[in-house]
Amino acid sequence: MALDDTKKTKDFKVVGTRPNRPDGIDKVTGRARFGADMVAPGMLTGRILRSPHAHARILRIDTSKAEALPGVKAVVTRADFGDVPDHVANVIDNCMAGDKALYDGHAVAAVAANSAAVARKALKLIEVEYEVLPHVTDVDAAMKPGAPVLHEGWQQETVPAGYSGNVISRVEFGHGDVEAGLAKADRVVARTYRTGATHQGYIEPHACLATMSADGQGDLWVCTQGHYMVRNVCAAILGMEQGQLRVTASEIGGGFGGKTVVFLEPVALMLAKKSGRPVKMVMSRSEVLRATGPTASTSIDVRIGMKKDGRITAAFAELRYQGGAYPGSPVDMGSMSAFAPYDLENVKTVGWDVVSNRPKAAAYRAPGAPMAAFAVESAIDELARGFGLDPLAVRLMNGAKEGTRASYGPTYPAIGLIATLEAAHTHPHWTAPLGENQGRGVACGFWFNFGGDTCVSLNVTPDGTVTVSEGNPDIGGSRASMTMMAAEELGIPYDQVRTIIADTGSLGQNEVTDGSRVTFAVGLATIEAARAAKREMCKRAAMIWGIDEEAVEWEDGAARPAGPNAGKFPPMTIKEIAAVASNTGGPIAGHHEVTAEGAGVSFGTHMVDVEVDPDTGATRILRYTVFQDAGRAVHPSYVEGQFQGGAVQGIGWALNEEYIYGEDGILQNAGFLDYRIPVASDLPMIDTVILEIPNPGHPYGVRGVGETPIVPPLAAVANAVSAAAGVRMTRLPMSPPRVLAAMQAAKG
Amino acid sequence: MRFEAPRSVEEAVTALAGQTGAHVLAGGTDLLVKLRAEMIEPELIVDIKRIAGMRDVVAEDGGWRIGAAVSGAEMGEHAGLCADWPGVVEAVGLIGSTQVQGRATLAGNLCNASPAADSVPAMVAAGAVVRVVGPKGTRDVAVIDIPKAPGKTTLAAGEFIASVFLPARGARSGDAYLRFIPRTEMDIAVVGCGIALSLDAAGRVAAARVSLGAVGPKVMLVDAAAEAIQGRVLDEAALADLAAVCSAAATPIDDKRGTVDFRRHVSGVLARRAAVIAEARAKGEQA
Repeated sequence: MALDDTKKTKDFKVVGTRPNRPDGIDKVTGRARFGADMVAPGMLTGRILRSPHAHARILRIDTSKAEALPGVKAVVTRADFGDVPDHVANVIDNCMAGDKALYDGHAVAAVAANSAAVARKALKLIEVEYEVLPHVTDVDAAMKPGAPVLHEGWQQETVPAGYSGNVISRVEFGHGDVEAGLAKADRVVARTYRTGATHQGYIEPHACLATMSADGQGDLWVCTQGHYMVRNVCAAILGMEQGQLRVTASEIGGGFGGKTVVFLEPVALMLAKKSGRPVKMVMSRSEVLRATGPTASTSIDVRIGMKKDGRITAAFAELRYQGGAYPGSPVDMGSMSAFAPYDLENVKTVGWDVVSNRPKAAAYRAPGAPMAAFAVESAIDELARGFGLDPLAVRLMNGAKEGTRASYGPTYPAIGLIATLEAAHTHPHWTAPLGENQGRGVACGFWFNFGGDTCVSLNVTPDGTVTVSEGNPDIGGSRASMTMMAAEELGIPYDQVRTIIADTGSLGQNEVTDGSRVTFAVGLATIEAARAAKREMCKRAAMIWGIDEEAVEWEDGAARPAGPNAGKFPPMTIKEIAAVASNTGGPIAGHHEVTAEGAGVSFGTHMVDVEVDPDTGATRILRYTVFQDAGRAVHPSYVEGQFQGGAVQGIGWALNEEYIYGEDGILQNAGFLDYRIPVASDLPMIDTVILEIPNPGHPYGVRGVGETPIVPPLAAVANAVSAAAGVRMTRLPMSPPRVLAAMQAAKG
Repeated sequence: MRFEAPRSVEEAVTALAGQTGAHVLAGGTDLLVKLRAEMIEPELIVDIKRIAGMRDVVAEDGGWRIGAAVSGAEMGEHAGLCADWPGVVEAVGLIGSTQVQGRATLAGNLCNASPAADSVPAMVAAGAVVRVVGPKGTRDVAVIDIPKAPGKTTLAAGEFIASVFLPARGARSGDAYLRFIPRTEMDIAVVGCGIALSLDAAGRVAAARVSLGAVGPKVMLVDAAAEAIQGRVLDEAALADLAAVCSAAATPIDDKRGTVDFRRHVSGVLARRAAVIAEARAKGEQA
């Protein structure tokens, strides 16, 4: 995308305004249809039997009594799926255990029955003979030689000798000479940080409704972040051609990365295939927490050297992430993002991907980055405070800018980190007075952002209104944003455009809603589709006027002669052109297919004030401000919503959220009572400051904004709590018992 | 599953008599959650809300008799209850959300038999007595004697609680309840402490009842805590002694909600803070 294609801010008429979202009324009135809201005639209820053991060999499964129960129409185990292609082998094994159950809650069998009561009863009739095996759930314990090994022979060559077979792979990034750099420092901080595993905490549990006809055509209604992914993965697992499986995305009650993989879907399809009936499956909250995809728990060593003036001389981090029962923790992205906000001469990160007897990690908003930022930003804070330096000034001194070689390889184009730091430095929050037992923390964060396969179709109706079909579930107001960008490009009002999420039969491949990609990539494709439609409408006008296509231009929702030489014709509006389309060549549409690149990295800086109760260790969030580069805020309210939501999830991660496993390897807190996400009264209004440093890779300058805001808060809150409590907190969550114990230990 | 909504105590007792798998429904804020979570599969649910008197708050002997189906929200809007037993009203008000408050009841909170129940330590401190009805007639039982173990009560088969009686408050008296939770609401007590006390004319503690919740298998009445402040002005030394006694009396466990050390320490912290509030109320101050 050439820079001169980028629109200037002053030119925007729709982008940057705050219209109501098109899905808003249905959502506030309860009419919107989510995963569990769909029904079909003759529908069965599907239920899953789950392992009560953290690690066990499955010796035998006898389903005969369940199958004999009246009302039971199908029973499924891993055996029903047989051999599957390699790229989905771990996926189906996670959905339905094979030889071994690898975590508490791992699915081992499923039934479809006439009613939930019968299905429940049937599950009790399935006999599973387990050989219980030793288990391990802690990342450091799982890495030690002698730890119970989940998968023999899966270790990659990148792992040196001396580690448990649970250590699957090792990655390394960086440049320069870390040891030489540390030797030049006036002080080196070396600490180990730990974070608990957290869940995305989406309010809507996983749900789907599957049908499979006798001739092998399947339909699936599902709550997901990517129905094209669901189609491709399920087709591979069930041995279907992708074109034979049509997947429709429901409305989605949150995902945050956790709905970028399948759990119920292949099982529901297999139950539908075996029973010949539609099968609906809905997870309970406890199933969601036990057996979907939380993020990794981590253990991270950091060493950073700093001169007295605040200049960082070298930085090193070794990151150990357990990603649950299968390889693929986000340690690679943690290792790449750890030092991404800084311009460093000597930097190195080493990452270890470790498996353990926990559910397989799925993506969670900027996967892998918040934990790494917690460790790095805590160490920088400790150094800055130790030298009596302004922590924002230290970050400004070392901050990455255009031309900086990132620790993970690339050299940055125009980026917004310094702008967020400067905005934070001059914001009244930074100099507001603090009271007793209060502390202020700041931290920076980075996310890569993503583009990917995208396909958009834009159709002009006979009355001249416009429909946009896109293939990404609307998880954060993207229908509004697409509508706005289409209206902007076509020069017509927002309410003349309606955007829908099309099923997999209607468009080409669309990447999952992830990587903060949708407003960027689908927006780009929407703009290009609108441009194609404009070219077609100019062509139609040229035909009517009897002049060359090149002599027609589009402006303010109408075709116009491009100049005085083109001829004197009154403008033809989109409505006028659409009305006569049947006489000028038929329906008018524009479409665009692209593997979008140039997503544009994103930076943010967070600032938070807390008060710590010295008698109980309880932390209260007093004030919170997010500063982030949005490139261009298409709908500022939803940009602010993303900033606020990321901050709030990060606050939960910092203070209370954590998967708690007992000695027996069983999850102790599989519910929202004891898995504590913040409630509204825990939080002040989260203030936001949107910076706009346009992304050269997008026609309007858009950068994804969804993930970056969860990167800084763990560290920002930890730095604030450490300041308020008078003791450095290195382990998350900073639950009241932990903070109180740390304060008491510090007092002696 | 059968559902019955009798109009009298007698009908309810008859419905429940000899019935296995029977559950009494008042507010239902615990029962319906357990049903939906498939933790229970009742044979019979008996809704007691339509029985005459179950939703009434009535003055009696200087105190208040509260029907078993009176909700937390109704208690919070009852001027007499708020004036006499603000600690009990605040404790029941801590249960759940605004929506839950429209249903949740004292009797249900007690019969759920959670060691962490918020209203129970407050009722114990207040010296509340419940009226139990059943196949063998009616009996009055002190609240402290209802919980037996986590999830279990001393009620016999077929018995249910028809009302809760809060006695006359007495002169120069006040009560308070505080709990510790990691969040600010929608949570479960990691420690709870109820205190009711009365002062003599000189401002010394004439009588006190101190209770702790969530630090043992059931609510506890800490006599030693009352003795520690008996006859004393609640100065720093008295409050420190009270805190120390409560910390020592607590018998918590390490679990997902907190450690033994944390709960012992916070038992003392809450006792001290609750005592200050109860004392202010006894002196007629806003607190």
